[in-house]
Amino acid sequence: MIEDEEIDLLLNDVFEIYGYDFANYSKASLKRRIIRLFALDKFPSFAELRYRVRTEEDYLKRFIEEITVNVTEMFRDPAFYKVLRTEVLPILGTKPFIRIWHAGCSTGEEVFSMAILLQEANLLKKSLLYATDLNPSVLEKVRKGIFPLHQMKQYSESYIASGGVKDFSTYYTANYGQAKLNEDLSEKIIISTHNLVSDSSFNEFDLILCRNVLIYFDKDLQERALKLFDESLGALGYLALGSKETLKFSTIQSRYKQLDKEKIWKKTM
Amino acid sequence: MEENNVKNRYKAIVIGGSAGSLSVLFEVFPALKPVLDVAIILVLHRKYSGDSSLSDLLSTKTFLPTKEIDDKDPILPGHVYLAPADYHLLIEKNHFFSLDISEKINYSRPSLDVTFESAADTFGSSLVAMLLSGSNNDGTAGLKAVKDAGGFIIAQNPESAQMPYMPQSAINKMDMDLILDSRGIIDFINTINQ
Repeated sequence: MIEDEEIDLLLNDVFEIYGYDFANYSKASLKRRIIRLFALDKFPSFAELRYRVRTEEDYLKRFIEEITVNVTEMFRDPAFYKVLRTEVLPILGTKPFIRIWHAGCSTGEEVFSMAILLQEANLLKKSLLYATDLNPSVLEKVRKGIFPLHQMKQYSESYIASGGVKDFSTYYTANYGQAKLNEDLSEKIIISTHNLVSDSSFNEFDLILCRNVLIYFDKDLQERALKLFDESLGALGYLALGSKETLKFSTIQSRYKQLDKEKIWKKTM
Repeated sequence: MEENNVKNRYKAIVIGGSAGSLSVLFEVFPALKPVLDVAIILVLHRKYSGDSSLSDLLSTKTFLPTKEIDDKDPILPGHVYLAPADYHLLIEKNHFFSLDISEKINYSRPSLDVTFESAADTFGSSLVAMLLSGSNNDGTAGLKAVKDAGGFIIAQNPESAQMPYMPQSAINKMDMDLILDSRGIIDFINTINQ
């Protein structure tokens, strides 16, 4: 049994030695992930996990990868992408230039989904997609744009449910069980590390997507992240969150108007 | 938490169910008292659907306020909470829900084990965990964690379950505090903390 105090000590080490601050992450989720890693790597005691994290920078990398959740998929919640297609992109398309930020993009499946939407709307050429995550190893996967082939069947179904009318397999090349997404989808993707806890606003965007990232934060950190998004959104910009996340209790809410039932808000001033 | 809540032995009932569990809930819910001093938290395996029609349907079956959970919703006594499809449901020490989209456990998201284990960590001996009908063995490890933390564990009587496998596999692994059919579940919930 791992005690909450032991978790706190470990997280404190990670902050003091490496600068990663997990103090305001959702405790229940973090604890579960740490217990999982503890079992996975067969540590005889919690003290040994703590020692390894403290002393081995390579292991710290694994620790960050394993305690943050990097599960994502293309066109997750097709109805959400349908609203992006039909209501958001036509408006963004009237701008000379479109800046989009995927905050906490993980391995990038949603970034590529967006690139496909933009390409189909003939807007990709005048767009820039900033893909950021705190975890450098997941960003390597965004850079490669290679995903397991067996997932493509489900992605294809979600793509069609989102209003896609092409043959989804034209967007990738299959090879040895892997699907490599077309190079032209990557051309407008800018990849960088960014930590929502400690880094500040770095540009002004027309659309910010941060889906199923805030669920791993406590309410204080959620509020801080939402303020950061608010500062980073231009007038009449859009903010998109995960299907069970909300602006409802945030101080920025009064400046935003929700589109339909989907978790997309438009900044009204 | 309200003052009168502090003296109550049980603060939450987590009910886990899979195939065949909805018919039990549809029998139990209309018979529940309109005011209860525990929170009821439902974690059900179901096919992902973007809408929230199951919570709407459940809310027509009970007088208790019923809600599909949003991230960081508070846990209040007398309310019924339904875990959303395609998220794991975790319980924070300050009695808020957290959602999580990490890997499926027992081929399931939400996984019953995940919520039982998290609820056990938060509620300890003030938790009741109940395992209903189903055809896989999700929930068994979670009930064990509830028991180890001093909580009270109940399985649906496999003879009364459409799919007996899930409650039976838990019964085979550990001593249940109670094994109940729908009638017994209704009486248990209506008289809890009395």
